[in-house]
Amino acid sequence: MDTGDTAWVLTSAALVLLMTPGLAFFYGGMVRSKSVLNMMMMSLGAMAVVGVLWVLFGYSTAFGADVGGGLLGKPFEFFGLDGLLAADSLVGKLPSTVFVAFQAMFAIITVALISGAIADRARFGPWLLFAGLWATIVYFPVAHWVFDFDGKDEAGNVVDPGGWIANKLLAIDFAGGTAVHINAGAAGLALAIVLGKRVGWPKEPMKPHSLPLVVLGAGLLWFGWFGFNAGSALGANGTAGVTFINTLVATCAAMLGWLLTERIRDGKATTLGAASGVIAGLVAITPACSAVTPVGAIAIGAITGVLCALAVSLKYRFGFDDSLDVVGVHLVGGLSGTILIGLFASEAAPAKINGLFYGGGVDQLWRQAVGAFAVLGYSFVLSLALGYLVKFTVGFRASEEAEVASIDEAEHAERAYEYGSLTSARGTGKPSVAAGATAVLEGSNKK
Amino acid sequence: MKLVTAIIKPFTLDDVKGALEQLGVLGMTVSEVQGYGRQKGHTEVYRGAEYSVDFVPKIKIEVVIDDTAVEKVLEAVVEAARTGKIGDGKVWVTSVDTVVRVRTGERGSDAL
Repeated sequence: MDTGDTAWVLTSAALVLLMTPGLAFFYGGMVRSKSVLNMMMMSLGAMAVVGVLWVLFGYSTAFGADVGGGLLGKPFEFFGLDGLLAADSLVGKLPSTVFVAFQAMFAIITVALISGAIADRARFGPWLLFAGLWATIVYFPVAHWVFDFDGKDEAGNVVDPGGWIANKLLAIDFAGGTAVHINAGAAGLALAIVLGKRVGWPKEPMKPHSLPLVVLGAGLLWFGWFGFNAGSALGANGTAGVTFINTLVATCAAMLGWLLTERIRDGKATTLGAASGVIAGLVAITPACSAVTPVGAIAIGAITGVLCALAVSLKYRFGFDDSLDVVGVHLVGGLSGTILIGLFASEAAPAKINGLFYGGGVDQLWRQAVGAFAVLGYSFVLSLALGYLVKFTVGFRASEEAEVASIDEAEHAERAYEYGSLTSARGTGKPSVAAGATAVLEGSNKK
Repeated sequence: MKLVTAIIKPFTLDDVKGALEQLGVLGMTVSEVQGYGRQKGHTEVYRGAEYSVDFVPKIKIEVVIDDTAVEKVLEAVVEAARTGKIGDGKVWVTSVDTVVRVRTGERGSDAL
């Protein structure tokens, strides 16, 4: 066990956890003031459900012994983290539980990302159900494909085979361009189709109700993302350093790319564009941060910033209400970052592979494309199936009346902003409490 | 007494208020409103989509004045609110039966 590595990965795990509340702010600021809480609760709900499932059988499904073909780990090998708690239980040079904790945060945020596609209209209970089903059937297996590397003995023989994308296809996905972003983006597209358009979309402009919240969220996400990417080095080492600096510079370049595109197309550089550019850059560099030089990272960031800024208007052309652009940013950004590795990968970076532009030919390019589209297809089809399953059993969508009035009020009995002094703060109601408590209340009032 | 209601462009509020003060108008009620007249709405581009915005933000000023002041007040408001471009607004005058000052109970012109 290495104490320095352990310290860094534990720290990174906490950084990545913070991304999900950050996402709640990012998404919450983008919706209208009447549906902020429902939006934020979908992120919080993902934390609750996926955190529990991860410990019970999620980790085991993703990182348990391969059941064959690199498709799935044994779901109950480490049920409840059984067998991983001993001091000598290690993953690489980390205590097993440290790796379990770090990977838990990835599962949580991936599920939370999907919720942006169904803003303003999803009922909370059915969302929790979907979150649990999706994590189990889509995320845990795909994490196995991408993140579970073969365990080898000292002679280099494979003793514990892992996932097919990481070990057979040999596509590079350092921190989850496929498993996290393409995966969540494809699921977002599926759910936007399952739930349908919001009332008034696309005629009504549904502008963000609070851009300061969006910027706060983007800031927290960027901060946490250093744990996401540099933490994926699984050590306090040079790879962590390179991925850290690439995570910085690609994101800066993507923000510039997005703002420039907006300035040319719409006439103004917007705050929402800056925040979205940040996320697009972070998404794109996630798979690539170990494979490219900082100059390559700038190129990937800038290209993806432009691409995603253009992609967010696709939903109008095709008529699907991907409310907060999960497809435009995470699916398109994830594809862009994953595939551009095939062009910009450089031997100078820790992954030590040359892409097309560095004399490596098209070998890595097709591996990247196969990995990306395999995850896209798997996630889209199963998300569609799970979405319809929830829709036709318990129902997924809020009533039109609730949606128009306020889904926050209908689903959570709260409003994000209680400003009305006449209707709320000076209410004339009295608390309705159980009979025993009423007696106590009345007793205390008599004093 | 008359109630003068003026719908004006928001940025002209300071000038209109100043002009009314100069005439000795002692109070007014101002609200932020939305609407359209002949100007109609406009189109707006945001995040790669074009929207038509039907209602334009305006300011509504209400002042109650003595009958004798009507012409001067109208002139002052119109002068201060005019830019010469479309969407400058409207002013209308309605009759008021009576006014009561809540604190003292004074009625009519004394209450203004």
